[in-house]
Amino acid sequence: MLSPLARIGRFSLEQLAGMGRMFLFLFSAFAWTFRPPARLRLIVYHVRSIGVDSLSVVLLSGVFTGMVMGLQGYYSLRKFNAESFLGSAVALGLLRELGPVLSAFMVTGRTGSAMAAEIGSMKVTEQIDALYSMAINPIQYLVSPRIIAGLISMPLLTAIFDVVGIYGAYLVGVGLLGVSSGSYFAGMESSVVFHDVWSGLLKSVSFGLIITWVCCYKGFNAPPMATGVGQATTESVVLCFVLILIWDYFMTSVML
Amino acid sequence: MIKVVDLHKTFGGQAVLKGIHLELEAGKVTTIIGGSGSGKTVLLKHLNALLLPDRGSVLVDGKDITKLGERELNEVRRKFGVLFQGAALLDSMTLYDNVAFPLREKTKMSENEVRKRVEERLAQVGLAGMGYKYPAEVSGGMKKRAGLARALAMEPEIVLFDEPTTGLDPLLGKSIHRLIRKMHTTFGFTGVIVSHDIPEVFEISDRVAMLANGVIAEAGSTQEFVASKNQVVRQFLQGDMEGPLTVL
Repeated sequence: MLSPLARIGRFSLEQLAGMGRMFLFLFSAFAWTFRPPARLRLIVYHVRSIGVDSLSVVLLSGVFTGMVMGLQGYYSLRKFNAESFLGSAVALGLLRELGPVLSAFMVTGRTGSAMAAEIGSMKVTEQIDALYSMAINPIQYLVSPRIIAGLISMPLLTAIFDVVGIYGAYLVGVGLLGVSSGSYFAGMESSVVFHDVWSGLLKSVSFGLIITWVCCYKGFNAPPMATGVGQATTESVVLCFVLILIWDYFMTSVML
Repeated sequence: MIKVVDLHKTFGGQAVLKGIHLELEAGKVTTIIGGSGSGKTVLLKHLNALLLPDRGSVLVDGKDITKLGERELNEVRRKFGVLFQGAALLDSMTLYDNVAFPLREKTKMSENEVRKRVEERLAQVGLAGMGYKYPAEVSGGMKKRAGLARALAMEPEIVLFDEPTTGLDPLLGKSIHRLIRKMHTTFGFTGVIVSHDIPEVFEISDRVAMLANGVIAEAGSTQEFVASKNQVVRQFLQGDMEGPLTVL
């Protein structure tokens, strides 16, 4: 029987070892990215799968997030007779925080989970062993192109989320609640600086890395049993959400 | 051609291989038999370093593959073709693309040459005209055939078969055995089959080795093996509940 202290120690060591394995996996994926052959076709395929296939859910969530922000922002700002600041409030909120974080959540749910399930299923059905046996490194074939595709797709999706969000808020604030169109965009123009835009996009690039890294890793290490793929998928989604929020805090505190 | 020397492998504290010594002759088909969970697949996966041993070595053409770096190991792996238990075809590709995959990845063949080779292999395994189908759209037997076509696409010197007839009915199992024999006659590869499909698998085997309790209990030509007086072999072949092998 282990004492509670020993159990805590063992748990901590296991977690540390797990983190170590995750980082080694990431380093290996980066190392394989720069070794021939270049897998441009696969990168394009995964940009399509992460980017284009997530587009509808990003558009839908973007427009409704903007509409909610328009509503909430209008009623909050009206208390201070500051409705004309609606455009600034919505744009800053979306560009710096909500755009990158919510689009990353959408991509995690839409594509990250599928990624973990696909790779997990390949592991369980020995397809990954088959790649090794054909002298093809599965990290180079399966993981590196997905990570590159994640780095490319996420800022594009975030930019789309930001734009449709701003127009969603415009629809509610200007179209329904009577804020002037001129003040909506003028406020935005005067308060949003380039730093706000690129800090959000930089976050989205790092979220793209987190999503593809975590989901590929979890799929690659799916337990070889019937429930293994489901377990890997669930763990990858939960871990992505948590890491995105934690990493968002650190990036925000550095880039403010 | 392949020599296994004092191979040990433990999983989670449980010793599966406890000092395997085995020689696999070039150009012959050797079948490794043994009870379920005896470590046959584990042993097979050591032959092309899909698993690495805790101790011992695997010599392929005199080279210890357990000590090779990635690049050298890949060179050795190109000598191998593997038919996995569930065929392990890539789900996202058609049967044609699965067979073409190693050719496109590992050779400089033109797409015309690839097409010629793939169509030839698919025809040899009885899948002519079926290349457009995805693995999910075909039966277990067809998957195994496509897996065999992929394993033979690169004309390997050594082919590993992991339980090639598992999950198939006796007639389909027999057809897969015949196919393996036919392909062996055509290509002359060194074959290693892991199976407990007894005695059917003996028809296509030149040699048989039996794995029991983590070691090779008996190995020899098929005739010698069948006539063996070894108690472990006799109990296994006759399916006796009583004997040196523990039956749960």
